[in-house]
Amino acid sequence: MRRTLIENLFRGKLTEPVRPASDADIATLVSTLTRTARQRLGRSLAIRALDAGSCNGCELEMIALANPYYDLERFGLKFVASPRHADVLMITGPLTRAMHDALRLTDEAMPAPKFVVAVGDCACSGGLFANSPACIGAAEQVIKVDLRIPGCPPDPMTLLQALIGFANTLGRSG
Amino acid sequence: MNATITLWHQVCSDLAENRCVFIALWAEHHADGAVVHLALRPPSTGDVQVLDLTSTDRHFPSIARHHPAASLMERALCDMHGLIADGSPDPRPWLDYSAPYPFKPVDGHGIHQIPVGPVHAGIIEPGHFRFSVNGETIIRLEARLGYTHKGTLGLMRGRPIADAAKLAGRISGDSTLAYSFAFARAVEQALFITAPPRAAALRAIMAELERLANHFGDIGAICNDGGFPLMNMLSGALRERVLRLAATCFGHRLMMDRIIPGGVTTDLTAEHAQQILATLTLLLNQWARLFELYEKTASLQDRVVSAGWLDPVIAQRLGCGGYVGRASGQDFDARRDAPYPPYDTLALTIPTLKASDVDARLRLRMTEIQQSAALIRTLLATLPTGAIHTPVPDCATTDVGHALVEGFRGDIFAHVRVHNGQIADVMLRDPSWFFWPALEAAIEGNIVADFPLCNKSFNPSYSGCDL
Repeated sequence: MRRTLIENLFRGKLTEPVRPASDADIATLVSTLTRTARQRLGRSLAIRALDAGSCNGCELEMIALANPYYDLERFGLKFVASPRHADVLMITGPLTRAMHDALRLTDEAMPAPKFVVAVGDCACSGGLFANSPACIGAAEQVIKVDLRIPGCPPDPMTLLQALIGFANTLGRSG
Repeated sequence: MNATITLWHQVCSDLAENRCVFIALWAEHHADGAVVHLALRPPSTGDVQVLDLTSTDRHFPSIARHHPAASLMERALCDMHGLIADGSPDPRPWLDYSAPYPFKPVDGHGIHQIPVGPVHAGIIEPGHFRFSVNGETIIRLEARLGYTHKGTLGLMRGRPIADAAKLAGRISGDSTLAYSFAFARAVEQALFITAPPRAAALRAIMAELERLANHFGDIGAICNDGGFPLMNMLSGALRERVLRLAATCFGHRLMMDRIIPGGVTTDLTAEHAQQILATLTLLLNQWARLFELYEKTASLQDRVVSAGWLDPVIAQRLGCGGYVGRASGQDFDARRDAPYPPYDTLALTIPTLKASDVDARLRLRMTEIQQSAALIRTLLATLPTGAIHTPVPDCATTDVGHALVEGFRGDIFAHVRVHNGQIADVMLRDPSWFFWPALEAAIEGNIVADFPLCNKSFNPSYSGCDL
């Protein structure tokens, strides 16, 4: 183990800089938020992931956010284990009927101010499952969505840019 | 082939006595009732046979009564089609959430239950686990799934082949390539076409890249659940390298929709082929060091060795494939035993282990990493030239095709009936159908704190079974 650790020290870091999304991109990503909510949160976001019936493709790319190349925690972004600790509910999947109650309960467990991010085509629009009788479709049909990150699945850099842009907008007063 | 009740019962006893291996059970509606389909194969070959039993009164003789591996699929099909499996040992609903779900009772002094899910603490698919525990020890685990049921197979029916192929690639995102591969092969068999040799080789290169990415990611995650995040970070970086390579060479990190019926969508340039070779060398060098780290970290070995032992007899009874089956002595790999192009021209040595614990499943995947890298090198060295796609003909006839394709988890079964260029019937069966009951059996006697570690070593797909 010592050899691996020493090698890691001298190899330098794998973590890469993130090109900021343009102001126009952010403006389209973010909907209206109250000034108080923005000031309270600053630039740090605790995120609770909720799979509402995805194929697990979006989860794979969300998990990749923690690898050394993206290292999302350097931006104050953190996945948390309980909705009680979360500012952001990140929803994937075309909201299956079986997950409807679980989504409601998770949302209720989160303290305000709280925000909802729809990740992937399924959560944004229902995707290929929009017409399924087993699915409700887009998350916004049952919950107010503050940020949409489309893609099948969105790659980690897209996720990171959107989340940083979102956190920055929250952090700006006004 | 059409089955009589007598043949159906005969097959049930063949299944019960391990004379054949259960693959899948599904049903479709007909004007005068329903047809129940049962797919099976001989123990060591991929010679798939499908039996069709017509039911006019919505009843059919239960397969699960004789063969427990069929239980979950039988319950799912009864819920989806309103059928009744006569003599079923477990008639509880599976996908129907309208009524309360009675978990199996566990009685005894000091036994209590821990309910977990469907929303879990990490970034994981949703499912409910009910642990009955005595102190720290798990007496019984019951998994309650169905939370990601999207009606995918129903959406595929009646759709053009190209649309259905996209849905097939979203049965389980981590195996998207393998599902597209299996679906394409089933359609090709139904339409009497074959993908060009170059397309076949590119399919296998992508399939082995998918295996590499998943093995790197999961091995790291298993070590992470054993309290060793260093391995997860280093291994996760290797997974990222594979995904970036896939994006560069084939245009998508997970290679979604890259295999279509008739061939592949994306050709590989000579420059990208060189890049794959260079990256493989780098990955394998780093990987050798990580394997050493895994083996020499005593605190990690203490967690993985002997944890989550799966009785090889149960692995055989359930027909577990993939790393779960092969780490418990089951010697089946669709690439060798149900050979399909290009694997039918390659010499494959399939590793098996007998230890059957978390460590064995992990070591098996470590061996498969080296094997996948070697396969990719061979495929690149012998890459045929020519077309990458055969046109899919418009057929007015009705034809049936099926395929077994070895995904990273194990053999994926695809069955289609094509009619007028549309999918009339389809079944896609994930290896996880047999991993879930295997996990329930293997976890007995382990402590609750070892569940994440054991679960990750099986890594069954939720979406792949919920369908």
